[in-house]
Amino acid sequence: MSGPNGHRTDILRTFIVFVEDKPGVLNRAASLFRRRAFNIESLNVGQTHVPGVSRMTVVVEADEDTARRIEHNLYKLVNVLEVHEITHSPRIERELALIKVTVPPEKRAEVMQIAEVFHARVVDMSSTTMILEVTGSHDLIAGLAGVLTEYGIEEMVQTGSVAMSRGSTPAMGHLGERRIDVA
Amino acid sequence: MTIVPFARPHVPTFETLLAEGRKKLLTTFPDRRGQVLTGAEIIWESLVREEVEVVFGYPGGAIMPAYDAMIAYPIHHVLVRHEQGASHMADGYARASGKVGVCIATSGPGATNLVTGIATAMLDSVPMVAITGQVPSGLLGSDAFQEVDITGVTLPITKHNFLVTDAADIATAIREAFYIARSGRPGPVLVDICKDAQQAKCTFEWKEGTVTLPGYRPTYTPLQRDLDKALALIGAAKRPVILAGQGIIKSQATDLLVQFAETANIPVALTLLGLGGFPASHPLNLGMMGMHGEAWVNNAIQDSDLLIAVGMRFDDRVTGRIATYAPYAKKIHIEMDPSEINKNIKVDVPIVGDVRTALEALLPHVHPVDRSAWHERINGSKGDAAVLDIQTLPDTGKLHAAHVIHDLWRATDGEALVVSDVGQHQMWEAQYYKHETPRSLLTSGGLGTMGFALPAAIGARFARKDADVWVVVGDGGFQMTACELSTLAQENIKVNVAIINNGFLGMVRQWQQFFYGGRYVATPIKSPDFVKLAEAHDLVGRRVTSRSEVIDTVRWARAQPGTVVIDFRVEQEDSVYPMVPAGADLNDMIRRTGQTVDGKAANHNPIFETGEDQ
Repeated sequence: MSGPNGHRTDILRTFIVFVEDKPGVLNRAASLFRRRAFNIESLNVGQTHVPGVSRMTVVVEADEDTARRIEHNLYKLVNVLEVHEITHSPRIERELALIKVTVPPEKRAEVMQIAEVFHARVVDMSSTTMILEVTGSHDLIAGLAGVLTEYGIEEMVQTGSVAMSRGSTPAMGHLGERRIDVA
Repeated sequence: MTIVPFARPHVPTFETLLAEGRKKLLTTFPDRRGQVLTGAEIIWESLVREEVEVVFGYPGGAIMPAYDAMIAYPIHHVLVRHEQGASHMADGYARASGKVGVCIATSGPGATNLVTGIATAMLDSVPMVAITGQVPSGLLGSDAFQEVDITGVTLPITKHNFLVTDAADIATAIREAFYIARSGRPGPVLVDICKDAQQAKCTFEWKEGTVTLPGYRPTYTPLQRDLDKALALIGAAKRPVILAGQGIIKSQATDLLVQFAETANIPVALTLLGLGGFPASHPLNLGMMGMHGEAWVNNAIQDSDLLIAVGMRFDDRVTGRIATYAPYAKKIHIEMDPSEINKNIKVDVPIVGDVRTALEALLPHVHPVDRSAWHERINGSKGDAAVLDIQTLPDTGKLHAAHVIHDLWRATDGEALVVSDVGQHQMWEAQYYKHETPRSLLTSGGLGTMGFALPAAIGARFARKDADVWVVVGDGGFQMTACELSTLAQENIKVNVAIINNGFLGMVRQWQQFFYGGRYVATPIKSPDFVKLAEAHDLVGRRVTSRSEVIDTVRWARAQPGTVVIDFRVEQEDSVYPMVPAGADLNDMIRRTGQTVDGKAANHNPIFETGEDQ
């Protein structure tokens, strides 16, 4: 989506969304992104240490205006507690992948060396295959998958991004009126 | 023959409810908190506590426990003829009163029939609670008889919805539903209640005080910094225009808007839903903006150097082509819903908050400015365009819809509560009926729902007992929900119906004429004899074919004790002028042939080649 003035500065943006752990919450969020034509790159949901509160990490391709509208539209969902865009904040952002590679015994050492370069771990081995587990950025995983292609990838599964800003965390759960700063 | 509803001696009628007064009734109503009740009883206990006086609905299997319990409660139920009517009635009730409208239906088809009315309410931010029955919780997901996932279906067209599977959750869900529906930017909320939850018993508990929802915190108070920026722009502006929308009416800010406009000496243009939010006769009122707004209104917007948008959302029907919209203007946007900011039009100063609160904060700091040059320029641009087509047409004995609306306005002293449907007559109503007060025009603006007017007027009648309620509806839209005439007859209430009958689906016909080479595909429409239809419902009807009869017939209709249907046979191929084609520049208008602008023929047609929207 481009902004009202037509300039496109779409970049991948990362949102942290705290939601009440209630039935249908994921559906509500996903439906919002679909009907407002926001392009989801990845969406991850999981529990947090706080009972009843789940956390989503949503990566969306959007320009600045669209990003603000995504935030405001998420807040319109009654079950959404907090939304933080951390695209421009120092943060840790990770994806995880499991890659099953065809590896004959004589090439095992070679693949393990590659794994080491990408900080991947070998988590399973059979007479003809190995499973590598890798955690890191989208690019790192893509890089490893690229190198392993020449051996033959039998299966691959990948999570979306999970992200957390560095440093101290702003307090959550203020229940007063939202004061909106859109400028 | 008069149709007499079955007597229900235990239930006070709507009239007696009003006569007794709600407050008195509430205080004399037994407090059953702490008692063990069925879920069905808890539904009505909750509605009474939300001060609901009337619900519009239709019974069915999954909602029968609730209907069975209703008889013991002082809430009047209006039996509709189709559930779409129920949701439009709740909508009309809400728009006319400012309170939450309530509709009720069974599961499956009952619930899906509500959908059009719920979407209508969503697009126009109308506070509504829809209660639906659902199959027993054990059968959820089994494709049981009359099972539809209505919370899934209505997810994108409700502000929020609830699926209740436990009797103990009913009171909380209803309480939260009313709070969400009426607070912030209002909207419809659906509460879907499983049949077993209605039948089960539990202790009735009702928390008093404000509802607290951790994830729902609407913004009412604007930031001072934004207000200061706005004041600086207002002070510096030479050619400002206020764009006022429905937010003025919803936050009851008409008096403040009048003071603001008068103090700052700024002309006011209104959206369709904003009509009545600023008095039509006020010297600063320019009139309606947008696709069928008058030329000088749209020209003023295009020429302005500052737009102050108040409680409106820059719908495509008011902006025309966005790239060329008000190119010289800075824009201030006062809006409750932050997701509307920069959605269609990029603004310079967003003010997020309640319209009334924002105007209250701005008012003490605006100062009188001499803007006589700007007012003169706008008045000058009226020229020939100020002469409305109704006056340019010689009386040829033909009946134009504009005549009907104009004379309706005169014969009702401009004081009617008009409920218009969707199409040409809706635009003529907006152009020729001058609305002086808020909530004197109810119409489906955002969704443009044909069939809205008649049921919405029934709802409005229950909200405003003394109002002179007029339905202005086309022959097409009327037939979509004409079955509700029977509801009117059964309830024995009065609504005046003016059918603007041109034998076409007029607005589509107009687009076909302008943009589709005059091919009238599927727009000629045959109608029943509306006078006989009224009589078939034991109501009265009349037919009007010439202008000289209009005023007398309107006066006659007002004097009748019951509902009146008037079939106005108007010119068949008349069009609404001026018209900004979809996606065209706002000041690029199609004008009536024969009109002149600046001494030149005005029948300029900017886009004849396409009917495509941008």
